Amino acid sequence: MALLSKKDTNLILDPLADNNPITIQVLGICSALAITAELQASCVMAVSVIFVMGLGNIVISLMRNVIPSKIRIIAQLIVVATLVIVVDQVLKAFAYELSKTLSVFVGLIITNCIIMGRFEAFALGNGVWRSFLDGIGNALGYGVILIIIGFFRELLGSGTLFGFPVLGDPIAKTGLYAFGYENNGFMIIPPAALIVVGVLIWVQRSRNPALIEEA
Amino acid sequence: MAINTDKNGYTVLFAVIMVVVVGSVLAFLASGLSDRIKENERFEKQQNILYAMGVNENTPDSGVNFIPTEVVEGKFNERITEQYVLVNGEVQKDDQAFLLDVKKQLAAFKSGKEARLPIFVGEKDGEKVYVLPMYGKGLWDAIWGFMSVDKNMVVQGVYFDHKGETAGLGANIKLRFFMDDFQGETLLNGNSYAGVAVSKTNNDPLNDDKKDNEVDAIAGATITGNGVSAMIKETLKAYKPYLETIRNN
Repeated sequence: MALLSKKDTNLILDPLADNNPITIQVLGICSALAITAELQASCVMAVSVIFVMGLGNIVISLMRNVIPSKIRIIAQLIVVATLVIVVDQVLKAFAYELSKTLSVFVGLIITNCIIMGRFEAFALGNGVWRSFLDGIGNALGYGVILIIIGFFRELLGSGTLFGFPVLGDPIAKTGLYAFGYENNGFMIIPPAALIVVGVLIWVQRSRNPALIEEA
Repeated sequence: MAINTDKNGYTVLFAVIMVVVVGSVLAFLASGLSDRIKENERFEKQQNILYAMGVNENTPDSGVNFIPTEVVEGKFNERITEQYVLVNGEVQKDDQAFLLDVKKQLAAFKSGKEARLPIFVGEKDGEKVYVLPMYGKGLWDAIWGFMSVDKNMVVQGVYFDHKGETAGLGANIKLRFFMDDFQGETLLNGNSYAGVAVSKTNNDPLNDDKKDNEVDAIAGATITGNGVSAMIKETLKAYKPYLETIRNN
C-alpha cells in the first residue's frame, strides 16, 4: 500500500499550483508583503509556517468534535497562538540565535489568514492525517511563493541573495555595477511585493486559463 | 457519544477548560525555561559589549561574528576590567553594572529621576576603552546597542540591534558595512559632543572623512538612521559628566 493515496497526494500538491493560497485564493498577502525583502527571511517564515500549520491542523482536527461552534474562531486563535509561543520559548532556551531571527515573525504567524483559513475550512471537518497533509501542502504553497518573491526582491533591490553579493559591489562599482547598473530601491519596499505577486498571478493564469474567473 | 456543542453551558465549560489547560502549559513552560533563557540573554549582552569594543571573531570579509557563546563569559571577565555606574553625575564602582536594565535606567534619567547608568571599561591594544550602552527608538520599534570610545572621544566600535526594523533597509543597522563605518569617527565637534549622525547628504559613501561627525546612511528611504543618530546623541548627553572626566585625565 502506498503511503499516500491519490487523494492524499493531491492535498499536498494542489496548493502548490492550481489552488495556491497566495496566487489563487489571495490569502496571506500581508505577511507576503512584509517579510519578503530578503530571501533568508522568506525561508525562515516558510519553515515556521509549515511547522505551525502542520501541527495546528492536527490539533484542531483532534478537537473538531468538541469545539463549540460559537467560539470556534477563538479556539483556533488560541491553538495557533499557543503553538507559536511554545516554539518561540523553546527556541529561546535551546537555539537562541535562531530565535532572534524568528522573533519578528511570531506575530505575523499568529495573524496569518492562511492558517486560520485552513483550520476553518479543512481541519474542522476532516481527519487527522488528511488535515496534517492539507496543512503541510498549503504551507508549502505559501512558502514557495514567498521564496520566489524574496528571490526577486533581494536580487533586484539589494543585488544580493541570502546576503551574498551576486551582482558585484554597488559602492566600489564592480561587477554589473561597473556598467552603470543600479539597485532598484523600490523592490525593497512592500508595494514591490504586490507587483511581483501580480506578475506571478498573471503568469500562472495565462498558462492555465481554467483558473480565470468569469467576470 | 455525541455531545451537544451548541449549548451555552458547554461553550462556557469548554472556554474555561481551554484557558486553564493553555494557561498551565504556557506557565509551566515559561517557568521551566526561564533560567536558560536568562542565561542566553546574558551571554548575548556580553557578546554585544565585547563586539562593540572590537573583541570578536570577524575576518575582513566576514559578517558579524561574536565570541562563541561557550567561552564568552570567561572572555568578558578577562577583557572588561572595571564596571561602573553613573549616578547623578557621580561615578561609582559596581561589579554588577552589566545586569542593569539600560532601557529602565535611561527612562528614569530622562524623567529626571535617579538613574544608574552602566559603564564598562576594557583594554584594547594597551589603551583603555569605555563601552557605553545605548537605547532608543527606530522607525517601528526599539533599537539599542553599545558604543566604545577611547579617551579622545574617537569611536572604537559599535554594535547595534533592533526589534523590528524593515528587513533589507533599517534592519541593516546590525550589519557590518554599517557598523564598521563608525570606527574612527570622532564624537566631538570642537568642544561639543556632536555625536555621529547617519547622513543621507554627506556625499561620502566610502566614509573617508572621519572628522565630519557623519556616516553614510543605508538608503535614502531609511528612517531608522535618524533613530540611530538620536540614540547616540542621547547617550552622550546622559554620559557627559563621565566623558568629561575621561577626557581630563
